[in-house]
Amino acid sequence: MNRRHWIAGACLAALMTALPAMAQTTLRMTWYSDGNEGEVMKDLLARFEAKNPDIKVVLDTVPFKAINENLPVQLAAGQGPDIARVVDLGGLSGFALDLRPHLKNAAYWEENFGPFLDWMRQPGNTSAIPGFMTQLTVTGPLVNKTLFEQAGVPLPGAKATWEDWAKAAKTVADKVKAPYPVAFDRSGHRFYGLAVSQGSKMIGADGNPAPIDDGFKRAAQMIADWHSSGVMSKELWGSVSGTAYRGANEEFKNAQVPFYLSGSWQIAQFDKTVGNAFDWIAAPTPCGPANCSGMPGGAALIGIKTTKSPAQVARVMDYLASEEVLSEFYGRALFVPGHIGIARKGVAYKGASPQAAAALKVFGDQVSALDPAAYRIQGYTYSRIVFNAAISRLGQAIAGEGTLAEAYKRIETDVAQQVAERNKK
Amino acid sequence: MTDSSRPAPGREGFAARAVRVATGLLDRPMAALQRLIGGERMAYVFLAPNLLFFGLFVFLPIGITLVFSVTGGTLLFPSERPYVGAQHYRALADCGSYLDPASCREDHFWRGVRNTLVFTAFQMVAMVGTALVTALVLNMKIRARGFFRAVYFFPVLLSPVVVALIWKWILQRDGLLNAALTLSGGQKILFFVEPGWAMFWAVFVSVWAHMGFYTLILLAGLQAIPADVYEAAEMDGTPPLRVLGRITLPLLWPNLVVVLVLVLIRAVQTFDEVFVLTGGGPGTATLMVVQYIYETAFANQVQNFGLAAAASVLLGGLLIVLTLLQLVAARRKAV
Repeated sequence: MNRRHWIAGACLAALMTALPAMAQTTLRMTWYSDGNEGEVMKDLLARFEAKNPDIKVVLDTVPFKAINENLPVQLAAGQGPDIARVVDLGGLSGFALDLRPHLKNAAYWEENFGPFLDWMRQPGNTSAIPGFMTQLTVTGPLVNKTLFEQAGVPLPGAKATWEDWAKAAKTVADKVKAPYPVAFDRSGHRFYGLAVSQGSKMIGADGNPAPIDDGFKRAAQMIADWHSSGVMSKELWGSVSGTAYRGANEEFKNAQVPFYLSGSWQIAQFDKTVGNAFDWIAAPTPCGPANCSGMPGGAALIGIKTTKSPAQVARVMDYLASEEVLSEFYGRALFVPGHIGIARKGVAYKGASPQAAAALKVFGDQVSALDPAAYRIQGYTYSRIVFNAAISRLGQAIAGEGTLAEAYKRIETDVAQQVAERNKK
Repeated sequence: MTDSSRPAPGREGFAARAVRVATGLLDRPMAALQRLIGGERMAYVFLAPNLLFFGLFVFLPIGITLVFSVTGGTLLFPSERPYVGAQHYRALADCGSYLDPASCREDHFWRGVRNTLVFTAFQMVAMVGTALVTALVLNMKIRARGFFRAVYFFPVLLSPVVVALIWKWILQRDGLLNAALTLSGGQKILFFVEPGWAMFWAVFVSVWAHMGFYTLILLAGLQAIPADVYEAAEMDGTPPLRVLGRITLPLLWPNLVVVLVLVLIRAVQTFDEVFVLTGGGPGTATLMVVQYIYETAFANQVQNFGLAAAASVLLGGLLIVLTLLQLVAARRKAV
């Protein structure tokens, strides 16, 4: 064998090695994590790739803020990923890929994700299948039970009102010197967790936003009164401006908050970070004059319509949405399932501590108590415009920049202006 | 006799030959070009590469911003955006009274303008004053002068986000400063809840972070002042304050003008440090114009690029006017 043969052999070997790689499709998935779900997803994708060597999925993990602020710009520029985990389901519906023509069994998707598909569809579209819920979330209170016990204050019961909880939490905070008796995440969605129970509907009879109704005003007045009476600290809602999100999870983890209104997505991280430092529980949503409902929500994994490989995207989605895989995902990430079949059968939350399992049960039970208005608001295409206007203007009123009446006027004009801008052709 | 200063044949000789060949290669086409376009126009040829990059990264974005400011909707590509004329400028200018942001349609913009002007005024005075005093001290023959020069310059090397996070940890409810206050028997102060405190710390942190850079410019100016001028003043028995007012400051004036212009531009453009430190709060007490532009374009649900672009154009105009005023004032003083 001479030198020429060796070179020819080496070239052939290199070509053989390169061929499968050349045939491989690379998909990019934009992802964010609240807890361990990114690790779980990485694991599931590795298994998918092992079974499907012609597809490689690159998981781009970004901060939650980037999902809300950077991703929409990327999508508008046509430079988005192939798949993305998003929370503004209605707002980004225009960029979603209809997976239906590429799916193995569209009926499975309709049967199991049916109620949530409307959240991801464009108004008027009743058939598109843009994706599936990676988690269904419910807003609700997380309570530091240890602080209540130390203060000798009994926990309010299942049908307790917001006023009952506020009074109890203030008593606890005064006794144990906790700086934040009641803490709400600074978010319009969380505010609506209170407003819906006060009777707020957000949507007018003509389908246009009608944010300021009696329920909204009752909730806003309650928040303002709590700030002026020291039930809520201005450090959360009053200390930042505009639509900025400010969570109170760090304060809760540091045992500074007896009553924290957030939601089911906090369970995994509290289970991991609080550990045995104190006992915490999830409580049913307090009742208002209208109902005892919180707000549903969640994140969905959607295909992006600018993808060059829709068939491959659908294969990944089919795999991840399959009952077996999704059930494992919910179970390991400690998420309330957004899949009807899995919800019916129940999820085995492996590795969850007893208190995390109990909290998941409380939030799971809350799903059936959600008011229809809450579902409508969550699926409403303009809901995030209203959420943002509400938090921005109520934040100003709480910081002392104007009255609630002025805030209501501003919310209405902000919403009208943004709706007009969005609809400008 | 051998000439030791003569380069030895080998590496140096080769380098010189390489340079000669390279310049020779360039010389011919350049000479041809010069014959073609004339000697006077050759300057443009040499400026062209830089102008190309400047045009691409400065003039083109300015042009795009102007186009965005007269178009509406949420689409990104200018060709897809409907023309709306001066609508965004009218929206920004729609005010009952410019002194009362609450009376304006875009109240956040005017709150941003007001806060930016307040921030700029306090920051300029504090920054230039502190940098000048520091430069004067560091120019004196003090012990460990090199060490102190390095210490004052150190924060300049930090990223603005890091600076803001460090100070946030110091100033928050359970931060170092409040710990020190409680240890000394005082009460905790919620610095980010009180508008006055929030603005004070925004200015303070900005001065702390950037003072070193301006000190360096002033120090260079001080070291360029001839020593014999001071010797003459000393022989005349001129008091130190008079030396400062009659010799140091007038001779330092060109450097001071540079510092003033740079501080002004940077103060009006302030965003990252204040945004991370206070988030623009409490309420909108430290919301700056650039934060308004950022939020209008990117953070709001409906990304209103047109309105944000119009606000950017107005901010650019304001910067040009302020800089020109400052330069005119500085020139008059120099005359």
